[in-house]
Amino acid sequence: MVCEMEHDLMEDMDIEVLPSMWPEDIGTDAGKQFNIEKPGSDQDMLEEVTIVEEPTIVDFKRLMELTNYTDRGSTQLTYFMKYLEYKQANAVRLLREELDNLSKQRQEVELRKLKILEEHRFEDIRYGDDKRPVSILDEVYDIWQDRPRRKNDVVVQNKGIEIDAEYDTVVYWKQRALHLEKLLEASIQREQTLIEKLEESIKNLERQSTPVEELSQILKRADNFLHFILQNAPIVIGHQDKELRYRFIYNHFPRLQEEDIIGRTDVEIFTGSGVRESQDFKREVLEKGLPAKREITFETELFGSKTFLIYVEPVFSKAGETIGINYMGMDVTDQVRKRERMARIREEIAVQKAKETELNKTIHITEETMRAKQMLATMSHEIRSPLSGVVSMAEILSTTKLDKEQRQLLEVMLSSGDLVLQLINDILDLSKVESGAMKLEATKFRPREVVKHVLQTAAASLQKILTLEGHVADDVPIEVIGDVLRIRQILTNLVSNAIKFTHEGKVGINLSVVARPNFGQSEDGQQKISGDKSNVSVSGLSEEKYFSASQNGSSDECRSPVKSERSRNGATEEQPHSTETTVCIRCDVYDTGIGIPEKAIPTLFKRYMQVSADHARKYGGTGLGLAICKQLVELMGGRLTVSSKEHCGSTFTFILPYKVSIACDNSDDPDDKLSDMEKDDAASDDATQGFFQFQPRTLGSLFSSNGSTRASTLRPQKLGLALPHNLNGFSQNSCSLPSNDVTSNGTTSVEDVIRVTTVTDSPEMSESGSSTTHKPGTENETVVSRDKCAQLQNCIACREIGVETKPSKIQQSSETQEKDNRTCQCVTSRSDSTSTVAKPPLEPKILLVEDNNVNVMVARSMMKQLGHSINVVNNGVEAVRAVQRRNYDLILMDVCMPVMNGLEATKLIRSYEETGNWDAATKAGIEPSSSTSDLQNSEPSTKRMPIIAMTANALSESAEECYANGMDSFVSKPVTFQKLKECLAQFVL
Amino acid sequence: MDVGQMQRQLVEYTKSLFIEGYLDSQFLQLQQLQDESNPSFVAEVVSLFFEDSERILKDLTFALEQKIIDFKKVDAHVHQFKGSSSSIGAQRVKNACIAFRGYCEEQNVNSCTRCLQQVKQEYFIVKNKLETLFRLEHQIIGAGGSIPMVELSF
Repeated sequence: MVCEMEHDLMEDMDIEVLPSMWPEDIGTDAGKQFNIEKPGSDQDMLEEVTIVEEPTIVDFKRLMELTNYTDRGSTQLTYFMKYLEYKQANAVRLLREELDNLSKQRQEVELRKLKILEEHRFEDIRYGDDKRPVSILDEVYDIWQDRPRRKNDVVVQNKGIEIDAEYDTVVYWKQRALHLEKLLEASIQREQTLIEKLEESIKNLERQSTPVEELSQILKRADNFLHFILQNAPIVIGHQDKELRYRFIYNHFPRLQEEDIIGRTDVEIFTGSGVRESQDFKREVLEKGLPAKREITFETELFGSKTFLIYVEPVFSKAGETIGINYMGMDVTDQVRKRERMARIREEIAVQKAKETELNKTIHITEETMRAKQMLATMSHEIRSPLSGVVSMAEILSTTKLDKEQRQLLEVMLSSGDLVLQLINDILDLSKVESGAMKLEATKFRPREVVKHVLQTAAASLQKILTLEGHVADDVPIEVIGDVLRIRQILTNLVSNAIKFTHEGKVGINLSVVARPNFGQSEDGQQKISGDKSNVSVSGLSEEKYFSASQNGSSDECRSPVKSERSRNGATEEQPHSTETTVCIRCDVYDTGIGIPEKAIPTLFKRYMQVSADHARKYGGTGLGLAICKQLVELMGGRLTVSSKEHCGSTFTFILPYKVSIACDNSDDPDDKLSDMEKDDAASDDATQGFFQFQPRTLGSLFSSNGSTRASTLRPQKLGLALPHNLNGFSQNSCSLPSNDVTSNGTTSVEDVIRVTTVTDSPEMSESGSSTTHKPGTENETVVSRDKCAQLQNCIACREIGVETKPSKIQQSSETQEKDNRTCQCVTSRSDSTSTVAKPPLEPKILLVEDNNVNVMVARSMMKQLGHSINVVNNGVEAVRAVQRRNYDLILMDVCMPVMNGLEATKLIRSYEETGNWDAATKAGIEPSSSTSDLQNSEPSTKRMPIIAMTANALSESAEECYANGMDSFVSKPVTFQKLKECLAQFVL
Repeated sequence: MDVGQMQRQLVEYTKSLFIEGYLDSQFLQLQQLQDESNPSFVAEVVSLFFEDSERILKDLTFALEQKIIDFKKVDAHVHQFKGSSSSIGAQRVKNACIAFRGYCEEQNVNSCTRCLQQVKQEYFIVKNKLETLFRLEHQIIGAGGSIPMVELSF
């Protein structure tokens, strides 16, 4: 008898074959994208994590459908099912086997019982065993290839029963019955054990967790894991069907209820920009069947402006057709913002860099240009001084005895030199305006006089038969405030330009007020002054007469400014006004010349530009004049324009704003240097004169003179005597000059000197009146000094100072006297030098103001070699003190010095010369020593001391600044013999 | 060494100073000022220059060591130095001073310090050179010779 026992079946089963719930293609190997822990190995980790059950909106039905439909879902599901089936089958099998076993045993037992009974009836019937042991795990069941085998099959074999007693005896049967009984007992016992075992087994089976539980555990773990991963992830996961309706969505930050989302499309849920785009994108993925990523910026009412990085992946059915998409979105707004900011910053940086490079380039270019300009300025500056040396030497040379040819050569030399000087001055002017170093001065001046003088000067050098005229409208104020030097420069430039390009006809200046309200009161004043006109004596006099008359005349004239002053004052009193108003004066300079072709007008004001090369050849010039005019006009806040008609003429127009001073008493203002020239005329009714004309002299006389061009240039061309009041003007100009009423103490005035020469040299001068004073060139062309002419400006300047305080008031007379004295001495010395006759009677007293010991030593010994001893002081204050003690014939003044610089010291000294007192110095903190004043009184200053600046470099201590502060010239450092010699020659010898 | 040789040496040396740019024509001006009545004029001026320079350099060094640098003051010193160096024709010192002033204007401390070093260096070089020159002259005079005039054209 063979019996199979399957005791420990349950224990022996290898149930740990737990298939992963993850799809095969994901796998569990480390290194793959997705890993999950084996259950049980580290349960704690998950336990520690509190997994908040988030509201997950799931369309379970759909999910089921999905799992049924999709490939991946179905494999997984099958897998689960198989596993379950296996588990169940296993259990069933076990139970069945057990049952089989038991039933077999029972059958056996019953059979045996029957046998026993039969044996009792049928002798010798053998108990036959036709049963074979049957494996429970027949191949029929074995659907699992890798299913674990049972470890041990227990086969119990029943031995045959051996009985000692004789067959068919009572004993035998008794024995046999006993034996059988035992067997039965054993069988029953076994049965009982089996039943126990079965019960136990069932209990075990019960105790053992069911596969469902296991599965749900696994599922829970997976779920937990997903929660763990997703709980804080700012992502939205979703599934949308073919129509792009949401079927499943996980959103960590849900804003909408389930019912708002499930079953709807994006477009139905949201509105705003980006929604349509995302929808289209999803559709695209759906159609293409390829996963894709895209960044989409949403601008929705629901959550504002957000950028999502969206990953969309198509979902296929088993048949391979797309049935929807999986969608994953992550809010990357911040990142995008950062990225954009970054991009912007990068862009900005790039732009900045580009700009920087550009700027650097520009800076470089500008620097280069600046350097070039500075270079030009410096060079011009450096060229100017030696050139002026050359020119002045040539001038001196021209006063010596020369034959005709030499003289002609010299004339050429001088005119060339003049031209170069002019060019250099132009360049310097221009570069100064451009570099912003040009400073404008505000001084009172009279426009009428400016016009008149400009025309006068132009007329004087006129070589053509042209009429020069000036119109000043009545409404133009008598006095305005502006930079008269610059304005005069502009006018002179424009007029000389006009003359240059005009062969016949006229050149003129028109002055009128444009569109400004405040000038009524000046007109009042003007009217009154014009009333005074009649006071002025008409003197169409010869020079001699005029000379004598000047004494008388001057007293007349002296009155008139006072009168006009009063009347002006009267006007202001009548009509109180703010002291300053602004008036715009338009100035036209017109000519009847060749005109400017239209195409040339745009380049007209560019420097070095002339209308054509031909013009340049024909007319000469540097082409800088107009550029300078324009720059100057613009600097003063105006505009220079031109209108022109070819062959008919051109008109240059500039409009400048001027301040009008009403209440100031001009004549009493000693500082008003620049208007003194005008004040001469102010003495007359010229103040209101509105028309000037200078008619051409006759051809005959112009060309009858000898061939020297120079001579003719210098010749007075002016015969402005046609109109009586013009004449009047001229004579006034001269006769007012010397203030002879006060200076009658014997000193000769500037004009005296010049006039004497001119008178003797040119009898015809008599008719040209005062203008001769300015143009001492003569017909006879004797020695008389072109030099003088060249220094005319200086003379004029001197004269200006001399007459500036035209003594309308008694207390000023002494001062004026001083000035006149000074002036005349100055001029005297110059005329001496030009005629090279007289040596200075005394050793010139020279003061060196210099703080640098080495420089002092060098200069001193240079001077010594030149035959001069010098006094040395170390700074401006000491210089002022030195001047307080005595007068000097020459002061060499360093500009840059400690304590007080040269400019300031010069100003103080000039102020003293002008006012006769040291108030300005005292104000500046220099107390005059007690002895000083005594000395001063006993030895009054009689002349303007030449002060020569010593500059270290031409730009920062510009020559213009030196001039502006009252210096007469400058020497650039380091000083050399040559420079000192020139300087001494010019100012001392 | 005989006098002639020394004279030649002096001439060569002087020329080299001009050619190498240590001195410029202003130095010739000084030499022109020297005559019988004032036989050691150049040496006097130059030693005055040395005195001045050393004072200025000291002041400059001090001024640049201050915590708050008064650039005006520095500039004034440099201006002084530039003036005196240009007066004796110490060209390279002068040029260094010009650069220095540029940095003063910029108020650039580092560059100023660098410039100071440069100015000092140039100064000491020229000082050395000039001293050598005078020593040579002295030797020539000591040997009974006369100082040859260096003819240079610029």
